[in-house]
Amino acid sequence: MQQSQCTKWMTHGEAGLMLFFSMAAFVCAFAAAKALDAPFAFHASLAAVASGVASFAIMNRYLDRPASLPPEEINGKPNYNVGPIKFASFMAMFWGIAGFAVGLLIASQLAWPALNFDLPWTSFGRLRPLHTSAVIFAFGGNVLIATSFYVVQRTCRTRLVGDLAPWFVVLGYNFFILIAGTGYLLGVTQSKEYAEPEWYADLWLTIVWVVYLVVFVMTLVKRKEPHIFVANWFYLAFIVTIAVLHLGNNPALPVSVFGSKSYIAWGGVQDAMFQWWYGHNAVGFFLTAGFLAIMYYFIPKRAERPVYSYRLSIIHFWALIFLYIWAGPHHLHHTALPDWTQTLGMTFSIMLWMPSWGGMINGLMTLSGAWDKLRTDPVLRMLVVSVAFYGMSTFEGPMMSIKVVNSLSHYTDWTIGHVHSGALGWVGFVSFGALYCLIPWLWDRKGLYSLKLVNWHFWTATIGIVLYISAMWVSGILQGLMWRAYTSLGFLEYSFLETVEAMHPFYVIRAAGGALFLIGALIMAYNLWMTVRASEADVGTELALQAAE
Amino acid sequence: MSFWTRHQIFEKNSVILIAGILVVIAIGGLVEITPLFYLKSTIEVVDGVRPYTPLELAGRNIYVREGCYLCHSQMVRPLRDEVERYGHFSLAAESMYDHPFQWGSKRTGPDLARVGAKYSDEWHVTHLTNPRAIVPQSVMPGYPFLAQTEVDTAVVADNLKASRVVGVPYSDEQIRNAVADLKAQADPDNVGTDALAKRYPKAVIRNFDSKAGAPTEMDALVAYLQMLGTLVDFKLYNEKANLR
Repeated sequence: MQQSQCTKWMTHGEAGLMLFFSMAAFVCAFAAAKALDAPFAFHASLAAVASGVASFAIMNRYLDRPASLPPEEINGKPNYNVGPIKFASFMAMFWGIAGFAVGLLIASQLAWPALNFDLPWTSFGRLRPLHTSAVIFAFGGNVLIATSFYVVQRTCRTRLVGDLAPWFVVLGYNFFILIAGTGYLLGVTQSKEYAEPEWYADLWLTIVWVVYLVVFVMTLVKRKEPHIFVANWFYLAFIVTIAVLHLGNNPALPVSVFGSKSYIAWGGVQDAMFQWWYGHNAVGFFLTAGFLAIMYYFIPKRAERPVYSYRLSIIHFWALIFLYIWAGPHHLHHTALPDWTQTLGMTFSIMLWMPSWGGMINGLMTLSGAWDKLRTDPVLRMLVVSVAFYGMSTFEGPMMSIKVVNSLSHYTDWTIGHVHSGALGWVGFVSFGALYCLIPWLWDRKGLYSLKLVNWHFWTATIGIVLYISAMWVSGILQGLMWRAYTSLGFLEYSFLETVEAMHPFYVIRAAGGALFLIGALIMAYNLWMTVRASEADVGTELALQAAE
Repeated sequence: MSFWTRHQIFEKNSVILIAGILVVIAIGGLVEITPLFYLKSTIEVVDGVRPYTPLELAGRNIYVREGCYLCHSQMVRPLRDEVERYGHFSLAAESMYDHPFQWGSKRTGPDLARVGAKYSDEWHVTHLTNPRAIVPQSVMPGYPFLAQTEVDTAVVADNLKASRVVGVPYSDEQIRNAVADLKAQADPDNVGTDALAKRYPKAVIRNFDSKAGAPTEMDALVAYLQMLGTLVDFKLYNEKANLR
């Protein structure tokens, strides 16, 4: 323990959180004892143990720390808080690999159904939400939290607000993922796409998210720069809107406070509209706005060029967040949702093409004068290709939202292909690029362990994506056409089953594409691990060589 | 002062920026969602639509638990091929008591909105236990464990009560008799079948899994599947009444 002159006191945060977690441990233990179903008992026990550990960890940290908290500045330079960012980056890589692996498994299940093993917790219906949540919320979410905490500190030139609060956000968020993910396997789900976690996981996420918002905004408030940097607008829109969407889509009544089952407040058409208002804007604000923030910081930084157009970024920002919110009904074309709502959703989806491409142009043109770096820097190449994929899927999306196109594409694999060109190409690559930048910065390394391995990752993953999305285009359009095919006598030409059979080869190709993407991520994990492990002397040599060439 | 200079108020004040974001994102949602709570076509009442029986609701909860919506839609679109393949297009009223809705977004398997009464109970039980025993090309997972698990009767009435709070019009009588109704529906010899049929018109009362003893999850799920899309009599339904 370190000695200090001034008396050592617990901060309000430490004392308050210790009290909170101690009480939570008892409440959760009580809930576990009273639980009506096994999954709830399991989750309540997990929460009780986690609360106990949190309480202990806070006390332990207090005993070990010096009397005064870390200073805001050291020698006139901001003393940035990197611990929580390191943790979130690590978890991002962990969940990424887990999520891609589960994706590969469920893709294989569709090609070879015996892989479901006829057990409850290994069936497609329970694993699919695990895959989507692991890649979107666990991988994507940790990337967003890590980068937002990094970017907001750097661009505000100030230390992150709070001592324990940033840790509460990253640990609490990952605990939410744990509860949600294990819940799916045990059959705890609301069965609302991308909003599957049950009521207690939702409540916990709400608490964590509010703290996230407070930490982010309070850091903005005490910034040393007069302007809020453009990336932070996008992060802020992402955090605020996700909070609104989460609260709007998830109000539910638990059957019992000691059970996992709940009934959602909305029913039928209203529930459908709420769900896709949420669902499409999880795409718009989680997978787009948040990752556009990454684009606006990491591409200029890596290319060492300023953002192409400041005015374009202003238009991009407001137009994107205004138009996106309207686009939800395109998921409900030709359903029992009223026609005017569908048409409105379609119209705004088509308009959305413009700000999307405006943003893409802003990202790509940032490379003006630095295009040659694409040859030498595979990390920058990854970031730029991600923006190209963004442009491609934001053209495809508006096209699929046109009602006649949608009548063919809806319910088919075309949707799955579209989602993955966005998810693997845009979100995946921009996250990989950001992590490749972030890890050496956070661990104070001169560069990555190996740029050659980044190159391998880039090509393996790109070929994987191409296999994936082209297989899904073909299978989607093929199945859509088979469903509506008529014989010359006016009968439906194919039974549903024949269309299922026709999908098999494409499901195999898709699984192969997914496997390549997973292999790429494993290469990345190895590269990052070696970067962190390497001592100062070993790293950065390759980068230095490249620069000298 | 140019537009770009005026915009600095957002760039220099985080609270105003948050306020701006909230206003901009609120508009679309309010315009699209609010009217759905009072428009005739979305709150239409159609003859025949009733709340689920306790057994059907238990079956629906299994459907929800297993994530069936990820491969099966429950929404027939008014397109020629769909109406011929599946039956009359789905009405808003047919899912008015669905918390959550299960319209789905993907058809790896066929639409189930009107699957009720199309196949025999035996077909469903065999198919759910091992889909490839009856449909060799199927890619559906098997659910053999459903037949081995009894429906948890302890929470049946509470499920109806919670549903009532979120808007499903279960009567006190229906809640009081929830467990009895659940048992009666899977047992045609049960004394309570007449009362059940009165409380829930068109309820299908059969021993769905043809096994003696307490209702299993298989009974519940098959009871749910067998009623899907069967409540509305389209010979009597007036299409013009609720044009959408």
